[in-house]
Amino acid sequence: MNLDLGPGECVGVSGPSGAGKTLLLRAIADLDPHEGEVLLDGVPARRVPPAQWRRRVGLLPAESAWWGERVRDHFRDDPAPGLGRLGLPPAALDWEVRRLSTGERQRLALLRLLENRPQVLLLDEPTANLDAAGRERVEALIAEYRGECAAGVIWVAHDAAQLARVATRRFRFEDGRLVAAADPAAPCT
Amino acid sequence: MHLIHLTPFDLALAALLVLALVPLSLRLRLEIARPLLIAALRTTVQLLLVGLVLKAVFANVHLLWIGAISLLMLLLAGREVMARQRRRLAGWWGFGVGTLSMFVSSFAVTLLALIVVIGPQPWYQPQYAIPLLGMLLGNTMNGIAIAMDRLTQEAWQQRAVIEGRLMLGQDWSRAIGDIRRDSMRGGLIPIINAMAAAGIVSLPGMMTGQILAGSPPVEAVKYQILIMFLIAAGTGFGTVGAVWAGSWRLFDERQRLRLDRLRP
Repeated sequence: MNLDLGPGECVGVSGPSGAGKTLLLRAIADLDPHEGEVLLDGVPARRVPPAQWRRRVGLLPAESAWWGERVRDHFRDDPAPGLGRLGLPPAALDWEVRRLSTGERQRLALLRLLENRPQVLLLDEPTANLDAAGRERVEALIAEYRGECAAGVIWVAHDAAQLARVATRRFRFEDGRLVAAADPAAPCT
Repeated sequence: MHLIHLTPFDLALAALLVLALVPLSLRLRLEIARPLLIAALRTTVQLLLVGLVLKAVFANVHLLWIGAISLLMLLLAGREVMARQRRRLAGWWGFGVGTLSMFVSSFAVTLLALIVVIGPQPWYQPQYAIPLLGMLLGNTMNGIAIAMDRLTQEAWQQRAVIEGRLMLGQDWSRAIGDIRRDSMRGGLIPIINAMAAAGIVSLPGMMTGQILAGSPPVEAVKYQILIMFLIAAGTGFGTVGAVWAGSWRLFDERQRLRLDRLRP
């Protein structure tokens, strides 16, 4: 497969479970060995120190991982403004991680990722566990971030309607290949 | 001081006590009768063999002999470290990390103790060199086996956390840092507990053995303190080295977590 991603662009990727969507994101984030080549601003990943690459190419996995006791332990700076945008109170920083719901984890993981100000966002089902209001908030925050930082986004989701809302181009995994989806001219929010 | 020699009959009496456990095990269906008997048999045969070997070595003091025995002890200990891990590093690494760490720490500490602290003539006098190395290897082996087992097991179970940290731009060392620290602590806890309880809860085996063999208690205690310190140092350095090398091996040059380097 060959995929270009422009600044501020949002590419939607869908496909059946097990087709390789997550694998694609992990390969781009350089988490798995692969034979392809990924370039950012013309520079191959192998020429960039791995930690630096992953700060510039940020991956939000479908299930986020937490290691500290409290939410605050996972942030460098104060993410208070972002918390409000995602419908979370400032006190959320002091919440115990083990008490967080799946949806809260997902929203907080997005904020945590954006702290690095990545140039590329790789989103794996970023709203899978959210209600309609939460979904809207996440979509709006990512759209704003794209505009503000000219960040490219690869958005993996099963929800075709969501991809039609957020993506500038859409692809589907079919038989291990990435093919353009039926309606490539879907509007981008 | 007079040493009371034990006869085979004395040992047979002690063996009867072990045999007495067999009907109890059968009655309570503990299923340990067979392993218990095999272990008792192994103890007898292995220790008798070691006794014979040591007798021969003590009679012919030669550096080559000591070296050969030390190497054999090291290889057996390395194999034991490898066997005690549920998910060990694949290939030579599984054997090499533990064995090399034991070699560096145990041999270095034993040499230091022989040359600088005890100072027998010659420095490789087997009466001192072999028991010292044996105690150091045995304890370092335990520490490294516990620590490496914890490291590989935790890395396997906490893959999401390690990769989650990598995804946020942390380097490999920080991403696995908590697990590495826990593993090192786990390897050192037995010797810390042993030092803390020595003399109060338990009388260490080496000291007890020396006293039984006729040494003055104060001399036995001094040797025991020395041994405890040496074991703590050997286990500490060996565990830290093994865990560091093992965790390094779990990542590739692009700092990806490579659990495929562990045996399933």
